[in-house]
Amino acid sequence: MSIVSSDSKPSRADPTQITLDQVRHVAKLARLALSETELETMREQLSRILGHVASLGALDVASVPPTSHAVPMQAPLRADVVRDSLPRSELLAAAPSTEAGAFAVPKVLDGES
Amino acid sequence: MSHAHISTAGASAADVIGLGVVELAGKVQSGELSALETARAFLDRIAHLDGDVGAFLHVDGEGALAQAASVDRLSPSERRALPLAGVPIALKDNLCTRGLPTTCASKILAGYVPPYDAHVVELLRAAGATLLGKTNMDEFAMGSSNENSAFWPVKNPWDRTRAPGGSSGGSAAATAAAFAAAALGSDTGGSVRQPGAFCGVAAIKPTYGRVSRYGLIAFASSLDQIGPFARTTRDAARLLGVIAGHDARDATSVVRAVPDYEAECGKPLTGMRIGVVREALGEGVEPAVQQALLAALDVYRALGCTLVDVELPHAQHAVATYYLIAPAECSSNLARFDGMRFGLRVNGADLAETYGRTRAEGFGPEVKRRIMLGTYALSAGYYDAFYVKAQKARTLIARDYDTAFERCDAVLTPTSPTVAFALGEKTSDPLAMYLADIFTLPPSLAGLPASSVPCGFSPDGLPIGFQLVTRAFDEQGLVRLADGYERASGFAGRRPADPPKVKG
Repeated sequence: MSIVSSDSKPSRADPTQITLDQVRHVAKLARLALSETELETMREQLSRILGHVASLGALDVASVPPTSHAVPMQAPLRADVVRDSLPRSELLAAAPSTEAGAFAVPKVLDGES
Repeated sequence: MSHAHISTAGASAADVIGLGVVELAGKVQSGELSALETARAFLDRIAHLDGDVGAFLHVDGEGALAQAASVDRLSPSERRALPLAGVPIALKDNLCTRGLPTTCASKILAGYVPPYDAHVVELLRAAGATLLGKTNMDEFAMGSSNENSAFWPVKNPWDRTRAPGGSSGGSAAATAAAFAAAALGSDTGGSVRQPGAFCGVAAIKPTYGRVSRYGLIAFASSLDQIGPFARTTRDAARLLGVIAGHDARDATSVVRAVPDYEAECGKPLTGMRIGVVREALGEGVEPAVQQALLAALDVYRALGCTLVDVELPHAQHAVATYYLIAPAECSSNLARFDGMRFGLRVNGADLAETYGRTRAEGFGPEVKRRIMLGTYALSAGYYDAFYVKAQKARTLIARDYDTAFERCDAVLTPTSPTVAFALGEKTSDPLAMYLADIFTLPPSLAGLPASSVPCGFSPDGLPIGFQLVTRAFDEQGLVRLADGYERASGFAGRRPADPPKVKG
């Protein structure tokens, strides 16, 4: 398949036919706890969409530069001055859990997989 | 209901809701019309008639009345300085509004109240607008039918069995049904233009960089732009003039003077060159749409324009290109919705499980699909094959326009290959839904300004729109051509019959 380079990681010929294991892996990367039913639906739909996307393989783009922003622009600089931020209380008001003037989050040190 | 409220000299509620942006602002500025009574007329209308349309997720009656009353208290000379004095406007629910819910029609942001206003919201307030509330949309602006709202789908005011288009369907429907004189939406791949066409209203997507996105909840940052809906191009141009301009809080916002867009209205079109893409009037385009566009070309010819054939040979790759780039950017932007600082949190046994469950329960199917697609396209081994390849295809799509604009001032295509489709018709086939974006995606990828202009009705009475695309930052040309057509054709400004009252 011309659309994918030969050094693609998973050992499959066709990158547009995504396997259930790959869907599971991508869901993990995306931090989405999908059910088995959702994973299967996703495999089927992503395969169809990727099948269409494969049409880009026909394009010769070897000498074409990529476009990340359509309108050319330079990263602007701003004056390095102190500005007020939003009040802490207003920002914390939207949080699901707070403690001692901070966002309260689940334990990260020995719980992260 | 409301007639007792309408005490202003010479204007009944029916008159007020039928007025456009420019007329309303003029009457409020002169004191002929009270902003407060105008706000009440629109709020009453929403309360009685939006039940079976579903355009609004949140109506801010109190805030709208307070803002309107403050405009009435100004001196006549102060009011005359407000280009949107007392004009009732609806906002898509992905624009942050201080103290008002902003949900992106997603469960993950249900109940979220931002602590600040988006730049465009600040500008509308400063221009004297009455902000009526927040409109329904496809979740996180991902969709072309509004059926991806986590709350309820919007119905097309012209036929409530049909989709209003998306993702800014609530804003388009609210404008068409005269629940608001105008509205703002956001357009990433057609989300202002396509619902504009489906709902028969004027819709403008400005050039990338023309309008600050500060406070617009990001979907695909290299594509997102904010744009206005109104029932005529002249009214939309008034809004565009208010929201355009530099804002240092959006690094892509350009430093460039804002011209007088409204001054383009009524100018002759003699000698302007319209580029016609023949393939865009052929196979795959509904016959009624083809006929309406051919008739529109006749109108332009009669107005003294020259029609020239142009080609966009790479536009056929726009769907593949867009559906790699936009999901890739969305998967990155939506990583911030992790249940820690705002929005929904669903606790799990550890942090990773909390993330996974929060996002699985908070996001709907289309948002999950795009996050998955984008994560895949950006993952190791696929980045060059998918994402970089799409960025290169994007260059070719943009170059096609450079070539076309050597021969013409604007490119004309349909906005959508079909009129509004039935609710539920395409929900089971995401790819079919994506493929219908074929005409709106190329100018988005090229960053160009584009407009949808109402140009007729199908035999079933459904609105048809054509799309105009001009050179970067030539919104003036867009307004001039769209307005000139509207004046000659008479299709703009039409309204559907009112939906049934939901309560008396």
